[in-house]
Amino acid sequence: MIGKTFRILAFTLTMTILTGLVYPLAVTGIAQTLFPNRSAGSLIEKDGKVIGSSLIAQNFERPEYFHPRPSAAGTGYEADNSGASNLGLTSKVLNDSYVQRTAAQKEMNGNVAPPADMISASGSGLDPHISPEAADYQAPRIARERNISLESVQSMIKDHTQGRSFGILGAPRVNVLELNLALDTMKKTTLNQ
Amino acid sequence: MISADIIQIIIYFTLLVALAVPLGLYMHSVFEGKQRWLKPIEGILYKIIGTDPEKEQRWTKYALCVLGFNLIGFLLLYAIMRLQHILPFNPADMGALSPDLAFNTAVSFTTNTNWQAYGGESTMSYFIQMMGLTVQNFVSAATGIAVAVAVIRGFVRKQMDTLGNFWVDLVRCTLYILLPLSFVAALFLVAQGVPQNLDPYATATTLEGAQQTIAQGPAASQIAIKQLGTNGGGFFSINSAHPYENPTPLSNLLQMLYILLIPVAFCFMYGRMAKDMRQGIAIFGAMAIIFVAAFSGTYLAEKAGNPLIADEISQMDGNMEGKETRFGVVNSTLWGVATTAASNGSVNSMHDSYTPLGGMIMLFLIMTGEVVFGGVGAGFYGMLLYVVLTVFLAGLMVGRTPEYLGKKIEGREVKLAVLAMLSMPVGILGLGCLSAVLPIGLESMQDQGPHGLSELLYAYSSATGNNGSAFAGYGAGTFYQNTMLGICMLLGRYAFIIPMLAVAGSLVAKKQTPPTSGTFPTHTTLFLGLLIGVILIVGGLTFFPVLALGPIAEHMAMLKGTTF
Repeated sequence: MIGKTFRILAFTLTMTILTGLVYPLAVTGIAQTLFPNRSAGSLIEKDGKVIGSSLIAQNFERPEYFHPRPSAAGTGYEADNSGASNLGLTSKVLNDSYVQRTAAQKEMNGNVAPPADMISASGSGLDPHISPEAADYQAPRIARERNISLESVQSMIKDHTQGRSFGILGAPRVNVLELNLALDTMKKTTLNQ
Repeated sequence: MISADIIQIIIYFTLLVALAVPLGLYMHSVFEGKQRWLKPIEGILYKIIGTDPEKEQRWTKYALCVLGFNLIGFLLLYAIMRLQHILPFNPADMGALSPDLAFNTAVSFTTNTNWQAYGGESTMSYFIQMMGLTVQNFVSAATGIAVAVAVIRGFVRKQMDTLGNFWVDLVRCTLYILLPLSFVAALFLVAQGVPQNLDPYATATTLEGAQQTIAQGPAASQIAIKQLGTNGGGFFSINSAHPYENPTPLSNLLQMLYILLIPVAFCFMYGRMAKDMRQGIAIFGAMAIIFVAAFSGTYLAEKAGNPLIADEISQMDGNMEGKETRFGVVNSTLWGVATTAASNGSVNSMHDSYTPLGGMIMLFLIMTGEVVFGGVGAGFYGMLLYVVLTVFLAGLMVGRTPEYLGKKIEGREVKLAVLAMLSMPVGILGLGCLSAVLPIGLESMQDQGPHGLSELLYAYSSATGNNGSAFAGYGAGTFYQNTMLGICMLLGRYAFIIPMLAVAGSLVAKKQTPPTSGTFPTHTTLFLGLLIGVILIVGGLTFFPVLALGPIAEHMAMLKGTTF
């Protein structure tokens, strides 16, 4: 009985080394060689400093930036504390927050009602994307705040719209951080000219 | 929009079956011992455990080995979680887990449930994620598969007394099936953007000047086996909704395929083992019909959107609360149905925020015992239980001794099958209802009104069904819930495995009589219809009253515009 227990323990430890050490470390080694940036979390650097990850939403509140979807990750956009509202559709708390967010969006965006994804919290709280409709919805505000033409903002949204994979899979979307970075770069190039 | 959705569903199904058929045949050759390319490693493992790979075990010995192995695995995992603070690979300085959380988590991962009463990136060190959780992801899945193979042997073998050797089945499953498939998927996932590193959490200064700490870790290697082994426990708190855990539509497709790959392959492996592919196809057919019906219902419910905001807000893609933009409603609901049909439990959208009916269908799939493809192994032996009940009921109707695969199904088998079947009602209706009346249980409900009951039902169904997904608003991280749900998980796993092995042990000794004109064939559409009927009636009627009080009542309230 005791002998058998020790044998099972030794067997479990061997399986641990195989599946818990050799396997993940082999994957790590190969992945870091083949995909150095992606295995390290797709971090974006600007002037040598990490400014975020292209896969992770960060908060934008200033009117001259595109805003991401509402977040329930921690106090909002906490990338070490992913989370959702987890409220049912008949929850008063959820419906009150819908009313508030709709009002806030209308105030910022010329009294137009927002599309659904701009008021509903994402699954992860870190959704880096908004729908193309939600980007178009914010375009007039961006144009006004940055003092650039609506057409240039719209064409920029178009450039940053990722279609479905192979034209079929997933949903069309716009990466908010990448779009905002492009906006900042555009401003600089215009100034330099 | 709708047509693009339908094409995505067709692509998913076609790929799933196209991959599962050859995998099923390959798995058959693995468990027949025909794959020997890792023979040296196999040999070392057999030597350590001290087993003769040629020597088989009776059902009692097989069950004892399962229990012994799982018990040691549980104790080991419990110990390292309690000692997390002094173990290495802990750059974020995570502290030791509390006794109740460590108990709950250790039970959860050894029973292949992967219920998570914690947030991965805020609780677990890389050491625990790799050496504790990833390991159980492999061996709990291999345990389920081994048991299912043993149960099938009971059905297809003639006049023998052994079901196989647990250690051999476990080792072969891990080496030849789980490890290679996980390895390929892990690399694919990194290529799509899933992190795989041992770096400390990254600190970013955002464009607006705020500080953001971004969790990192060896995620891809764990996510691959989490899906393949229908484990479902996320590396990050929010599971495959997290853009690191599931960054693109392609990573999403691969993970959805992996959720159902082995469960579907089981149907074809079974056909080969029974030397009658029609038997496997009949079971696959019953599963596929329920799956498509369940998916259609959930999809339509979510696509219709939230009626409470429909006046003002344009909901082009339906109800997006708790869903990610890149997946949209179609990939969220397809995943939701796959993960509850199988006992996977990983999520890419938040089931708690589904429409009441959309959420109910997923809850119902868990309540029926997750036999629509089901968990790796667990789903298939669960389905065989329904098959036994179906031939028994059919036999009652015509007054003949029921037979399956030429073997007489008698009182002992039916009694054991019903005993196994009772684990779901006892867990959900027994322990769940206790938590619905005790004040200490009621504290966990987040939502008011009928949705609060739905949250509770989902938690107890998920735990007893070894699913692991949640209506995650339910505050399950308390001492009381950790203990109760831990008990549910144990009940759902072992009060099912042991009777099923006993059924197999009793069947394996019986002789196989050739079919006569009076034999009720078990590969026809008539049988398929009966099987579906038994699943829906036995599963449905047991739980209909509580479903009426939870999701159905909530749906009615929502249509009237009531909030709670």
